[in-house]
Amino acid sequence: MSRSRTDVPLLWTLRAVAALAGAITLLIVAFLILEAWPALQSPGIAHFLTDSSWFPASTAPQFNLLPMVVGTLVATLGAMLLATPLGVAAALFSRFYAPPVVATWFRRLLELLAGIPSVVYGFWGLVVLTPLIRQWAPPGQSLLAAILILSLMILPTIALLSETALRSIPRAYLQGAASLGLSRWATVIGVALPAARTGIASSILLAAGRAIGETMAVLMVAGNIVQVPDSLFAPVRTLTANIALELGYALEGHRAALFVSGLILLVLILLLVSLSRWIMREELNVTAGIEPYNEEARAPHG
Amino acid sequence: MADRIATVVMWGVALLITSTFAWIVGDLLVQGLPHISWDFLSSSPADAGRAGGILPILVSTLLILAVCMAVAIPLGVGTAVLLSEFGRRNQIFGRLVRYSLDVLAGVPSIVFGLFGNAFFSLYLGMGFSILSGGLTLACMVLPLLIRSTETGLRAVPDDYRRAAAALGLSVFTTLWRILLPAATPGLIAGLVLGIGRALAETAALLFTSGYVDRMPGSLLDSGRSLSIHIYDLAMNVPGGESNAYASAVVLIVLLLIINALTFRAADRWLQQRITPV
Repeated sequence: MSRSRTDVPLLWTLRAVAALAGAITLLIVAFLILEAWPALQSPGIAHFLTDSSWFPASTAPQFNLLPMVVGTLVATLGAMLLATPLGVAAALFSRFYAPPVVATWFRRLLELLAGIPSVVYGFWGLVVLTPLIRQWAPPGQSLLAAILILSLMILPTIALLSETALRSIPRAYLQGAASLGLSRWATVIGVALPAARTGIASSILLAAGRAIGETMAVLMVAGNIVQVPDSLFAPVRTLTANIALELGYALEGHRAALFVSGLILLVLILLLVSLSRWIMREELNVTAGIEPYNEEARAPHG
Repeated sequence: MADRIATVVMWGVALLITSTFAWIVGDLLVQGLPHISWDFLSSSPADAGRAGGILPILVSTLLILAVCMAVAIPLGVGTAVLLSEFGRRNQIFGRLVRYSLDVLAGVPSIVFGLFGNAFFSLYLGMGFSILSGGLTLACMVLPLLIRSTETGLRAVPDDYRRAAAALGLSVFTTLWRILLPAATPGLIAGLVLGIGRALAETAALLFTSGYVDRMPGSLLDSGRSLSIHIYDLAMNVPGGESNAYASAVVLIVLLLIINALTFRAADRWLQQRITPV
Protein backbone atom coordinates (compact mmCIF):
# COMPACT_ATOMS: atom_id res chain seq x y z
CA MET A 1 0.00 0.00 0.00
CA SER A 2 1.34 3.41 -0.85
CA ARG A 3 0.68 6.33 1.40
CA SER A 4 -1.19 9.39 0.31
CA ARG A 5 -2.38 12.45 2.20
CA THR A 6 -5.79 10.94 2.88
CA ASP A 7 -4.15 8.01 4.61
CA VAL A 8 -2.90 9.85 7.67
CA PRO A 9 -6.36 10.66 9.03
CA LEU A 10 -7.43 7.10 8.20
CA LEU A 11 -4.58 5.64 10.20
CA TRP A 12 -5.40 7.84 13.18
CA THR A 13 -9.06 6.91 12.94
CA LEU A 14 -8.12 3.23 13.01
CA ARG A 15 -5.85 3.83 16.00
CA ALA A 16 -8.63 5.62 17.83
CA VAL A 17 -11.08 2.80 17.09
CA ALA A 18 -8.62 0.16 18.29
CA ALA A 19 -7.85 2.18 21.41
CA LEU A 20 -11.57 2.36 22.16
CA ALA A 21 -11.95 -1.40 21.70
CA GLY A 22 -8.94 -2.05 23.90
CA ALA A 23 -10.18 0.37 26.55
CA ILE A 24 -13.42 -1.54 27.16
CA THR A 25 -11.68 -4.06 29.39
CA LEU A 26 -10.14 -1.25 31.44
CA LEU A 27 -13.52 0.45 31.64
CA ILE A 28 -15.13 -2.75 32.92
CA VAL A 29 -12.47 -3.24 35.59
CA ALA A 30 -12.67 0.44 36.55
CA PHE A 31 -16.44 0.43 36.97
CA LEU A 32 -16.47 -2.86 38.88
CA ILE A 33 -13.89 -1.49 41.32
CA LEU A 34 -15.69 1.86 41.55
CA GLU A 35 -19.00 0.20 42.41
CA ALA A 36 -17.42 -2.36 44.71
CA TRP A 37 -15.31 0.24 46.54
CA PRO A 38 -17.77 1.06 49.35
CA ALA A 39 -17.96 -2.63 50.26
CA LEU A 40 -14.20 -3.12 50.06
CA GLN A 41 -13.70 -0.27 52.55
CA SER A 42 -16.48 -1.21 54.92
CA PRO A 43 -17.08 -4.00 55.82
CA GLY A 44 -13.76 -4.87 54.14
CA ILE A 45 -12.52 -7.87 52.22
CA ALA A 46 -12.14 -10.21 55.20
CA HIS A 47 -15.85 -9.99 55.96
CA PHE A 48 -16.71 -11.64 52.67
CA LEU A 49 -15.11 -14.82 53.97
CA THR A 50 -15.57 -14.62 57.74
CA ASP A 51 -19.09 -13.26 58.28
CA SER A 52 -21.53 -15.79 59.66
CA SER A 53 -23.96 -15.75 56.73
CA TRP A 54 -25.28 -13.88 53.67
CA PHE A 55 -27.87 -11.34 54.85
CA PRO A 56 -26.76 -8.34 52.83
CA ALA A 57 -29.95 -6.31 53.19
CA SER A 58 -30.64 -6.58 56.93
CA THR A 59 -29.89 -3.80 59.43
CA ALA A 60 -26.78 -5.63 60.65
CA PRO A 61 -25.72 -6.93 57.24
CA GLN A 62 -23.72 -10.14 56.91
CA PHE A 63 -21.66 -10.64 53.77
CA ASN A 64 -20.34 -14.19 53.71
CA LEU A 65 -19.74 -15.05 50.05
CA LEU A 66 -18.03 -18.35 50.83
CA PRO A 67 -21.04 -20.62 50.12
CA MET A 68 -21.39 -19.05 46.68
CA VAL A 69 -17.67 -19.37 45.95
CA VAL A 70 -17.82 -23.03 47.01
CA GLY A 71 -20.97 -23.52 44.92
CA THR A 72 -19.27 -22.10 41.82
CA LEU A 73 -16.11 -24.15 42.30
CA VAL A 74 -17.87 -27.45 43.09
CA ALA A 75 -20.30 -27.12 40.18
CA THR A 76 -17.46 -26.24 37.79
CA LEU A 77 -15.25 -29.05 39.05
CA GLY A 78 -18.06 -31.59 38.77
CA ALA A 79 -18.89 -30.48 35.24
CA MET A 80 -15.21 -30.67 34.25
CA LEU A 81 -14.87 -34.20 35.66
CA LEU A 82 -17.86 -35.32 33.62
CA ALA A 83 -17.38 -33.33 30.42
CA THR A 84 -13.62 -33.72 29.95
CA PRO A 85 -13.49 -37.50 29.35
CA LEU A 86 -16.70 -37.40 27.32
CA GLY A 87 -15.56 -34.43 25.27
CA VAL A 88 -12.13 -35.86 24.53
CA ALA A 89 -13.71 -39.21 23.68
CA ALA A 90 -16.10 -37.45 21.31
CA ALA A 91 -13.13 -35.74 19.63
CA LEU A 92 -11.28 -39.07 19.32
CA PHE A 93 -14.42 -40.69 17.92
CA SER A 94 -14.79 -38.03 15.28
CA ARG A 95 -11.11 -38.10 14.35
CA PHE A 96 -10.12 -41.78 14.59
CA TYR A 97 -13.15 -44.04 14.94
CA ALA A 98 -16.05 -42.70 12.89
CA PRO A 99 -16.32 -43.31 9.15
CA PRO A 100 -15.93 -39.96 7.30
CA VAL A 101 -19.65 -39.41 6.70
CA VAL A 102 -20.54 -40.14 10.31
CA ALA A 103 -17.71 -37.88 11.48
CA THR A 104 -19.01 -34.96 9.41
CA TRP A 105 -22.53 -35.31 10.78
CA PHE A 106 -21.29 -35.80 14.31
CA ARG A 107 -19.28 -32.60 14.09
CA ARG A 108 -22.30 -30.70 12.77
CA LEU A 109 -24.32 -32.01 15.68
CA LEU A 110 -21.68 -30.81 18.13
CA GLU A 111 -21.73 -27.37 16.48
CA LEU A 112 -25.51 -27.25 16.85
CA LEU A 113 -25.22 -28.26 20.51
CA ALA A 114 -22.66 -25.50 21.02
CA GLY A 115 -25.07 -22.99 19.47
CA ILE A 116 -28.08 -23.72 21.70
CA PRO A 117 -28.60 -20.70 23.99
CA SER A 118 -27.84 -21.28 27.65
CA VAL A 119 -31.31 -20.16 28.67
CA VAL A 120 -32.73 -22.99 26.55
CA TYR A 121 -30.46 -25.51 28.27
CA GLY A 122 -31.60 -24.08 31.58
CA PHE A 123 -35.24 -24.30 30.60
CA TRP A 124 -34.89 -27.89 29.45
CA GLY A 125 -33.05 -28.72 32.67
CA LEU A 126 -35.81 -27.11 34.70
CA VAL A 127 -38.76 -28.84 33.05
CA VAL A 128 -37.24 -32.21 32.13
CA LEU A 129 -34.14 -32.95 34.18
CA THR A 130 -35.03 -31.64 37.65
CA PRO A 131 -38.36 -33.52 37.82
CA LEU A 132 -36.46 -36.73 37.03
CA ILE A 133 -33.95 -36.03 39.80
CA ARG A 134 -36.82 -35.15 42.14
CA GLN A 135 -38.30 -38.63 41.74
CA TRP A 136 -34.98 -40.08 42.75
CA ALA A 137 -34.00 -37.66 45.53
CA PRO A 138 -36.01 -34.49 46.24
CA PRO A 139 -35.95 -31.50 45.78
CA GLY A 140 -34.55 -32.02 42.28
CA GLN A 141 -33.16 -28.53 41.81
CA SER A 142 -29.70 -29.39 43.00
CA LEU A 143 -25.95 -29.40 42.60
CA LEU A 144 -26.32 -32.56 40.50
CA ALA A 145 -28.71 -30.84 38.08
CA ALA A 146 -26.28 -27.91 37.79
CA ILE A 147 -23.36 -30.25 37.10
CA LEU A 148 -25.28 -32.21 34.46
CA ILE A 149 -26.51 -29.12 32.59
CA LEU A 150 -23.09 -27.45 32.78
CA SER A 151 -21.34 -30.53 31.41
CA LEU A 152 -23.83 -30.70 28.57
CA MET A 153 -23.04 -27.08 27.74
CA ILE A 154 -19.24 -27.29 27.84
CA LEU A 155 -18.94 -30.72 26.22
CA PRO A 156 -19.21 -29.36 22.65
CA THR A 157 -16.50 -26.76 23.41
CA ILE A 158 -14.08 -29.42 24.62
CA ALA A 159 -14.95 -31.82 21.81
CA LEU A 160 -14.70 -29.32 18.93
CA LEU A 161 -11.48 -27.67 20.11
CA SER A 162 -9.82 -31.00 20.98
CA GLU A 163 -10.80 -32.30 17.56
CA THR A 164 -9.04 -29.32 15.97
CA ALA A 165 -5.97 -30.07 18.07
CA LEU A 166 -6.02 -33.74 17.03
CA ARG A 167 -6.41 -32.70 13.40
CA SER A 168 -3.23 -30.62 13.49
CA ILE A 169 -0.97 -33.49 14.57
CA PRO A 170 1.78 -33.86 11.95
CA ARG A 171 0.87 -36.60 9.50
CA ALA A 172 4.28 -38.23 9.94
CA TYR A 173 3.43 -39.16 13.55
CA LEU A 174 0.40 -41.17 12.49
CA GLN A 175 2.20 -42.71 9.53
CA GLY A 176 4.99 -43.73 11.89
CA ALA A 177 2.48 -45.34 14.22
CA ALA A 178 0.85 -47.16 11.32
CA SER A 179 4.16 -48.44 10.00
CA LEU A 180 4.97 -49.83 13.45
CA GLY A 181 1.74 -51.78 13.22
CA LEU A 182 0.26 -50.12 16.31
CA SER A 183 -3.40 -50.81 16.96
CA ARG A 184 -5.81 -47.89 16.80
CA TRP A 185 -6.03 -47.61 20.57
CA ALA A 186 -2.24 -47.73 20.94
CA THR A 187 -1.94 -44.96 18.33
CA VAL A 188 -4.46 -42.85 20.22
CA ILE A 189 -2.86 -43.34 23.63
CA GLY A 190 0.76 -43.39 22.57
CA VAL A 191 0.86 -40.87 19.73
CA ALA A 192 -2.26 -38.75 19.19
CA LEU A 193 -3.11 -37.71 22.74
CA PRO A 194 0.47 -36.79 23.77
CA ALA A 195 1.00 -34.86 20.54
CA ALA A 196 -2.23 -32.88 20.95
CA ARG A 197 -2.00 -32.44 24.72
CA THR A 198 -1.57 -28.66 24.84
CA GLY A 199 -4.46 -28.04 22.47
CA ILE A 200 -6.65 -30.33 24.54
CA ALA A 201 -5.50 -28.71 27.78
CA SER A 202 -6.34 -25.25 26.52
CA SER A 203 -9.77 -26.44 25.36
CA ILE A 204 -10.39 -27.71 28.88
CA LEU A 205 -9.32 -24.39 30.42
CA LEU A 206 -11.58 -22.50 28.03
CA ALA A 207 -14.47 -24.76 28.98
CA ALA A 208 -13.72 -24.21 32.68
CA GLY A 209 -13.98 -20.47 32.08
CA ARG A 210 -17.36 -20.94 30.47
CA ALA A 211 -18.57 -23.09 33.33
CA ILE A 212 -17.48 -20.59 35.98
CA GLY A 213 -19.13 -17.73 34.13
CA GLU A 214 -22.35 -19.48 33.17
CA THR A 215 -25.34 -17.84 34.77
CA MET A 216 -28.74 -18.66 33.32
CA ALA A 217 -28.56 -22.44 33.00
CA VAL A 218 -27.26 -22.83 36.55
CA LEU A 219 -29.65 -20.25 37.94
CA MET A 220 -32.60 -22.22 36.55
CA VAL A 221 -31.67 -25.67 37.83
CA ALA A 222 -29.50 -25.29 40.95
CA GLY A 223 -32.16 -24.33 43.50
CA ASN A 224 -30.26 -21.22 44.62
CA ILE A 225 -30.27 -21.79 48.37
CA VAL A 226 -27.30 -20.13 50.07
CA GLN A 227 -25.46 -23.03 51.68
CA VAL A 228 -22.34 -25.11 51.35
CA PRO A 229 -23.85 -28.23 49.74
CA ASP A 230 -23.57 -31.40 51.83
CA SER A 231 -24.56 -33.75 49.02
CA LEU A 232 -25.04 -33.91 45.26
CA PHE A 233 -28.78 -33.55 45.76
CA ALA A 234 -28.58 -30.38 47.85
CA PRO A 235 -29.50 -27.04 46.24
CA VAL A 236 -26.63 -24.59 45.74
CA ARG A 237 -26.22 -21.00 44.71
CA THR A 238 -23.30 -19.90 42.52
CA LEU A 239 -21.65 -16.47 42.40
CA THR A 240 -23.20 -15.73 39.02
CA ALA A 241 -26.69 -16.81 40.06
CA ASN A 242 -26.37 -14.69 43.20
CA ILE A 243 -25.76 -11.57 41.12
CA ALA A 244 -28.59 -12.32 38.72
CA LEU A 245 -31.04 -12.96 41.56
CA GLU A 246 -30.26 -9.95 43.73
CA LEU A 247 -28.97 -7.06 41.62
CA GLY A 248 -32.54 -6.09 40.74
CA TYR A 249 -33.38 -4.94 44.26
CA ALA A 250 -29.95 -4.44 45.81
CA LEU A 251 -29.16 -1.04 47.34
CA GLU A 252 -25.95 0.60 48.53
CA GLY A 253 -23.85 -1.85 50.60
CA HIS A 254 -25.70 -4.85 49.17
CA ARG A 255 -25.18 -3.63 45.59
CA ALA A 256 -21.50 -3.01 46.31
CA ALA A 257 -21.18 -6.54 47.71
CA LEU A 258 -22.58 -7.94 44.45
CA PHE A 259 -19.99 -5.99 42.50
CA VAL A 260 -17.36 -7.56 44.76
CA SER A 261 -18.58 -10.98 43.65
CA GLY A 262 -18.31 -9.74 40.06
CA LEU A 263 -14.69 -8.83 40.76
CA ILE A 264 -14.06 -12.30 42.21
CA LEU A 265 -15.43 -13.85 39.00
CA LEU A 266 -13.22 -11.58 36.92
CA VAL A 267 -10.13 -12.58 38.92
CA LEU A 268 -10.95 -16.29 38.47
CA ILE A 269 -11.26 -15.76 34.70
CA LEU A 270 -8.02 -13.75 34.56
CA LEU A 271 -6.21 -16.63 36.29
CA LEU A 272 -7.57 -19.08 33.71
CA VAL A 273 -6.66 -16.84 30.75
CA SER A 274 -3.12 -16.37 32.08
CA LEU A 275 -2.78 -20.10 32.71
CA SER A 276 -3.86 -21.00 29.18
CA ARG A 277 -1.54 -18.35 27.68
CA TRP A 278 1.30 -19.83 29.74
CA ILE A 279 0.52 -23.36 28.55
CA MET A 280 0.35 -22.25 24.92
CA ARG A 281 3.73 -20.53 25.30
CA GLU A 282 5.24 -23.78 26.59
CA GLU A 283 3.81 -25.42 23.51
CA LEU A 284 5.51 -22.94 21.17
CA ASN A 285 8.87 -23.62 22.81
CA VAL A 286 8.36 -27.37 22.64
CA THR A 287 7.29 -27.54 19.01
CA ALA A 288 10.16 -25.26 18.01
CA GLY A 289 12.65 -27.90 19.07
CA ILE A 290 10.61 -30.98 18.29
CA GLU A 291 11.80 -33.76 16.01
CA PRO A 292 9.50 -36.00 14.04
CA TYR A 293 10.49 -39.09 16.01
CA ASN A 294 10.65 -37.84 19.56
CA GLU A 295 10.19 -39.96 22.63
CA GLU A 296 6.44 -39.62 22.91
CA ALA A 297 5.84 -40.66 19.35
CA ARG A 298 7.99 -43.71 19.88
CA ALA A 299 6.54 -44.96 23.13
CA PRO A 300 3.60 -47.25 22.43
CA HIS A 301 1.65 -48.30 25.49
CA GLY A 302 -0.38 -50.97 23.75
CA MET B 1 -8.58 -56.62 23.49
CA ALA B 2 -7.99 -53.11 24.79
CA ASP B 3 -8.46 -51.92 21.24
CA ARG B 4 -11.88 -53.53 20.96
CA ILE B 5 -13.04 -52.16 24.32
CA ALA B 6 -11.88 -48.68 23.32
CA THR B 7 -13.80 -48.87 20.04
CA VAL B 8 -16.96 -49.87 21.87
CA VAL B 9 -16.49 -47.07 24.42
CA MET B 10 -15.98 -44.42 21.70
CA TRP B 11 -19.10 -45.46 19.83
CA GLY B 12 -20.95 -45.56 23.15
CA VAL B 13 -19.95 -41.98 23.98
CA ALA B 14 -20.96 -40.77 20.52
CA LEU B 15 -24.30 -42.53 20.86
CA LEU B 16 -24.84 -41.01 24.32
CA ILE B 17 -24.19 -37.49 23.02
CA THR B 18 -26.36 -37.97 19.95
CA SER B 19 -29.27 -39.36 21.92
CA THR B 20 -29.08 -36.58 24.52
CA PHE B 21 -29.17 -34.07 21.69
CA ALA B 22 -32.13 -35.84 20.13
CA TRP B 23 -33.85 -35.84 23.52
CA ILE B 24 -33.43 -32.06 23.98
CA VAL B 25 -34.36 -31.02 20.45
CA GLY B 26 -37.16 -33.57 20.21
CA ASP B 27 -38.64 -32.41 23.50
CA LEU B 28 -38.50 -28.76 22.44
CA LEU B 29 -40.12 -29.47 19.09
CA VAL B 30 -42.84 -31.79 20.42
CA GLN B 31 -43.84 -29.40 23.20
CA GLY B 32 -43.18 -26.14 21.38
CA LEU B 33 -44.32 -26.53 17.78
CA PRO B 34 -48.05 -27.03 18.53
CA HIS B 35 -48.16 -23.60 20.22
CA ILE B 36 -46.57 -21.73 17.34
CA SER B 37 -48.96 -20.04 14.97
CA TRP B 38 -49.19 -16.79 13.07
CA ASP B 39 -51.26 -15.54 15.97
CA PHE B 40 -48.48 -16.34 18.43
CA LEU B 41 -45.93 -14.41 16.37
CA SER B 42 -48.15 -11.40 15.72
CA SER B 43 -49.88 -10.63 19.01
CA SER B 44 -48.83 -9.18 22.34
CA PRO B 45 -48.36 -11.30 25.44
CA ALA B 46 -51.31 -11.45 27.81
CA ASP B 47 -51.70 -12.68 31.39
CA ALA B 48 -47.93 -12.25 32.13
CA GLY B 49 -47.07 -14.26 29.03
CA ARG B 50 -49.19 -17.35 29.75
CA ALA B 51 -51.45 -16.39 26.85
CA GLY B 52 -51.03 -14.25 23.78
CA GLY B 53 -47.96 -13.97 21.61
CA ILE B 54 -44.49 -12.53 21.43
CA LEU B 55 -44.60 -9.71 18.85
CA PRO B 56 -43.21 -6.90 21.07
CA ILE B 57 -40.57 -9.31 22.33
CA LEU B 58 -39.45 -10.17 18.80
CA VAL B 59 -39.28 -6.46 17.94
CA SER B 60 -37.22 -5.69 21.07
CA THR B 61 -34.89 -8.62 20.38
CA LEU B 62 -34.21 -7.44 16.82
CA LEU B 63 -33.73 -3.81 17.95
CA ILE B 64 -31.21 -4.86 20.61
CA LEU B 65 -29.41 -6.92 17.99
CA ALA B 66 -29.42 -3.99 15.54
CA VAL B 67 -27.92 -1.59 18.11
CA CYS B 68 -25.32 -4.18 19.05
CA MET B 69 -24.21 -4.80 15.47
CA ALA B 70 -24.35 -1.14 14.39
CA VAL B 71 -21.75 -0.38 17.07
CA ALA B 72 -19.73 -3.58 17.05
CA ILE B 73 -19.15 -3.91 13.28
CA PRO B 74 -17.34 -0.59 12.64
CA LEU B 75 -15.39 -0.90 15.90
CA GLY B 76 -14.52 -4.52 15.21
CA VAL B 77 -13.52 -4.12 11.57
CA GLY B 78 -11.47 -0.99 12.31
CA THR B 79 -9.58 -2.70 15.11
CA ALA B 80 -9.00 -5.83 13.05
CA VAL B 81 -7.61 -3.77 10.15
CA LEU B 82 -5.25 -1.93 12.46
CA LEU B 83 -4.06 -5.14 14.12
CA SER B 84 -3.48 -7.11 10.94
CA GLU B 85 -2.47 -4.46 8.36
CA PHE B 86 -0.62 -1.95 10.53
CA GLY B 87 0.56 -4.30 13.26
CA ARG B 88 4.23 -3.89 12.47
CA ARG B 89 4.15 -0.13 12.87
CA ASN B 90 2.16 -0.28 16.11
CA GLN B 91 3.70 -3.25 17.83
CA ILE B 92 3.40 -2.40 21.52
CA PHE B 93 0.02 -0.76 21.08
CA GLY B 94 -1.20 -3.78 19.12
CA ARG B 95 -0.01 -6.20 21.75
CA LEU B 96 -1.78 -4.26 24.51
CA VAL B 97 -5.03 -4.16 22.54
CA ARG B 98 -4.80 -7.86 21.83
CA TYR B 99 -4.21 -8.81 25.46
CA SER B 100 -7.11 -6.64 26.50
CA LEU B 101 -9.35 -8.36 23.92
CA ASP B 102 -8.24 -11.80 25.12
CA VAL B 103 -9.39 -10.92 28.61
CA LEU B 104 -12.59 -9.37 27.29
CA ALA B 105 -13.42 -12.61 25.46
CA GLY B 106 -13.33 -14.49 28.76
CA VAL B 107 -15.38 -12.08 30.87
CA PRO B 108 -18.55 -13.85 32.08
CA SER B 109 -21.78 -12.47 30.68
CA ILE B 110 -23.19 -11.58 34.10
CA VAL B 111 -20.13 -9.36 34.66
CA PHE B 112 -20.98 -7.60 31.39
CA GLY B 113 -24.44 -7.16 32.90
CA LEU B 114 -22.97 -5.57 36.04
CA PHE B 115 -20.82 -3.27 33.93
CA GLY B 116 -23.64 -2.34 31.55
CA ASN B 117 -25.90 -1.56 34.47
CA ALA B 118 -23.28 0.62 36.18
CA PHE B 119 -21.91 2.34 33.07
CA PHE B 120 -24.58 2.59 30.37
CA SER B 121 -27.73 2.48 32.48
CA LEU B 122 -26.68 4.60 35.47
CA TYR B 123 -23.49 6.54 34.69
CA LEU B 124 -24.50 7.53 31.14
CA GLY B 125 -28.14 7.77 32.21
CA MET B 126 -29.65 5.48 29.60
CA GLY B 127 -31.67 3.63 32.22
CA PHE B 128 -33.12 0.22 31.45
CA SER B 129 -33.27 0.55 27.70
CA ILE B 130 -32.76 -1.23 24.41
CA LEU B 131 -29.84 1.14 23.77
CA SER B 132 -28.13 0.18 27.01
CA GLY B 133 -28.66 -3.54 26.36
CA GLY B 134 -27.45 -3.32 22.77
CA LEU B 135 -24.29 -1.43 23.77
CA THR B 136 -23.54 -3.97 26.50
CA LEU B 137 -23.86 -6.79 23.97
CA ALA B 138 -21.63 -4.87 21.55
CA CYS B 139 -18.81 -4.94 24.13
CA MET B 140 -19.41 -8.66 24.49
CA VAL B 141 -19.31 -9.69 20.82
CA LEU B 142 -16.46 -7.34 19.88
CA PRO B 143 -13.62 -9.84 20.55
CA LEU B 144 -15.36 -12.48 18.38
CA LEU B 145 -15.79 -10.05 15.47
CA ILE B 146 -12.23 -8.77 15.70
CA ARG B 147 -10.64 -12.19 15.89
CA SER B 148 -12.39 -13.65 12.86
CA THR B 149 -12.07 -10.49 10.73
CA GLU B 150 -8.37 -10.48 11.53
CA THR B 151 -8.08 -14.13 10.53
CA GLY B 152 -9.89 -13.30 7.30
CA LEU B 153 -7.52 -10.40 6.54
CA ARG B 154 -4.45 -12.50 7.26
CA ALA B 155 -5.68 -15.13 4.80
CA VAL B 156 -5.61 -12.58 1.94
CA PRO B 157 -2.48 -13.31 -0.16
CA ASP B 158 0.25 -10.67 0.02
CA ASP B 159 0.20 -10.51 -3.78
CA TYR B 160 -3.02 -8.49 -3.52
CA ARG B 161 -1.25 -5.93 -1.35
CA ARG B 162 1.76 -5.78 -3.66
CA ALA B 163 -0.42 -5.42 -6.73
CA ALA B 164 -2.38 -2.59 -5.07
CA ALA B 165 0.87 -0.85 -4.11
CA ALA B 166 2.19 -1.26 -7.67
CA LEU B 167 -0.95 0.44 -8.97
CA GLY B 168 -0.37 3.30 -6.54
CA LEU B 169 -3.72 2.81 -4.80
CA SER B 170 -4.20 4.69 -1.55
CA VAL B 171 -4.49 2.80 1.72
CA PHE B 172 -8.19 3.54 1.87
CA THR B 173 -8.90 2.26 -1.64
CA THR B 174 -6.79 -0.83 -1.06
CA LEU B 175 -8.73 -1.62 2.09
CA TRP B 176 -12.18 -0.80 0.80
CA ARG B 177 -11.91 -2.25 -2.69
CA ILE B 178 -9.55 -5.17 -2.24
CA LEU B 179 -8.61 -6.34 1.25
CA LEU B 180 -11.98 -6.10 3.01
CA PRO B 181 -13.96 -7.76 0.17
CA ALA B 182 -11.33 -10.49 0.01
CA ALA B 183 -11.59 -10.96 3.79
CA THR B 184 -15.39 -11.27 3.70
CA PRO B 185 -15.46 -14.96 4.70
CA GLY B 186 -13.73 -14.13 7.98
CA LEU B 187 -15.94 -11.12 8.54
CA ILE B 188 -19.06 -13.19 7.93
CA ALA B 189 -17.94 -15.99 10.21
CA GLY B 190 -17.45 -13.36 12.90
CA LEU B 191 -20.87 -11.87 12.23
CA VAL B 192 -22.57 -15.24 12.51
CA LEU B 193 -20.77 -16.00 15.78
CA GLY B 194 -21.53 -12.53 17.12
CA ILE B 195 -25.20 -12.60 16.20
CA GLY B 196 -25.53 -16.07 17.67
CA ARG B 197 -23.95 -14.97 20.92
CA ALA B 198 -26.03 -11.78 21.08
CA LEU B 199 -29.33 -13.54 20.39
CA ALA B 200 -28.60 -16.23 22.95
CA GLU B 201 -27.52 -13.82 25.65
CA THR B 202 -29.66 -13.43 28.73
CA ALA B 203 -27.60 -12.61 31.79
CA ALA B 204 -26.06 -9.44 30.35
CA LEU B 205 -29.50 -8.11 29.46
CA LEU B 206 -31.28 -8.73 32.78
CA PHE B 207 -30.10 -5.43 34.25
CA THR B 208 -29.52 -3.39 31.11
CA SER B 209 -32.45 -3.78 28.72
CA GLY B 210 -34.85 -4.98 31.38
CA TYR B 211 -38.07 -6.95 31.56
CA VAL B 212 -40.80 -4.75 30.10
CA ASP B 213 -42.84 -6.77 27.60
CA ARG B 214 -44.70 -3.89 25.93
CA MET B 215 -43.97 -2.77 22.38
CA PRO B 216 -40.95 -0.43 22.60
CA GLY B 217 -41.67 3.14 21.42
CA SER B 218 -38.02 4.15 21.08
CA LEU B 219 -34.51 2.86 21.72
CA LEU B 220 -34.67 4.44 25.17
CA ASP B 221 -37.57 2.21 26.21
CA SER B 222 -36.97 -0.99 28.08
CA GLY B 223 -37.49 -4.05 25.92
CA ARG B 224 -37.62 -7.72 26.83
CA SER B 225 -35.50 -10.02 24.69
CA LEU B 226 -36.68 -13.47 23.62
CA SER B 227 -34.14 -15.15 25.90
CA ILE B 228 -35.31 -13.17 28.94
CA HIS B 229 -38.91 -13.99 28.00
CA ILE B 230 -38.07 -17.72 28.15
CA TYR B 231 -36.32 -17.27 31.50
CA ASP B 232 -39.15 -15.24 32.97
CA LEU B 233 -41.89 -17.63 31.80
CA ALA B 234 -40.00 -20.65 33.10
CA MET B 235 -38.97 -19.26 36.48
CA ASN B 236 -41.47 -16.60 37.52
CA VAL B 237 -44.75 -17.45 35.80
CA PRO B 238 -46.45 -20.65 36.93
CA GLY B 239 -48.22 -22.11 33.90
CA GLY B 240 -45.98 -20.28 31.46
CA GLU B 241 -44.26 -23.44 30.30
CA SER B 242 -46.00 -24.03 26.99
CA ASN B 243 -45.34 -20.49 25.79
CA ALA B 244 -41.75 -20.81 27.03
CA TYR B 245 -41.38 -23.95 24.89
CA ALA B 246 -42.77 -22.12 21.87
CA SER B 247 -40.47 -19.14 22.48
CA ALA B 248 -37.47 -21.45 22.74
CA VAL B 249 -38.29 -23.00 19.37
CA VAL B 250 -38.73 -19.52 17.86
CA LEU B 251 -35.34 -18.46 19.27
CA ILE B 252 -33.55 -21.48 17.81
CA VAL B 253 -35.27 -21.10 14.42
CA LEU B 254 -34.35 -17.39 14.43
CA LEU B 255 -30.72 -18.33 15.02
CA LEU B 256 -30.77 -20.79 12.12
CA ILE B 257 -32.47 -18.28 9.75
CA ILE B 258 -30.03 -15.48 10.55
CA ASN B 259 -27.10 -17.84 9.98
CA ALA B 260 -28.43 -18.84 6.55
CA LEU B 261 -29.23 -15.25 5.54
CA THR B 262 -25.84 -13.93 6.57
CA PHE B 263 -24.02 -16.56 4.54
CA ARG B 264 -26.17 -15.82 1.49
CA ALA B 265 -25.74 -12.07 1.73
CA ALA B 266 -22.01 -12.62 2.03
CA ASP B 267 -21.90 -14.64 -1.16
CA ARG B 268 -23.70 -11.94 -3.11
CA TRP B 269 -21.53 -9.15 -1.72
CA LEU B 270 -18.38 -11.06 -2.47
CA GLN B 271 -19.40 -11.64 -6.10
CA GLN B 272 -20.22 -7.99 -6.64
CA ARG B 273 -17.11 -6.53 -5.10
CA ILE B 274 -14.34 -8.81 -6.27
CA THR B 275 -15.54 -9.89 -9.71
CA PRO B 276 -16.84 -6.76 -11.46
CA VAL B 277 -17.90 -8.52 -14.65
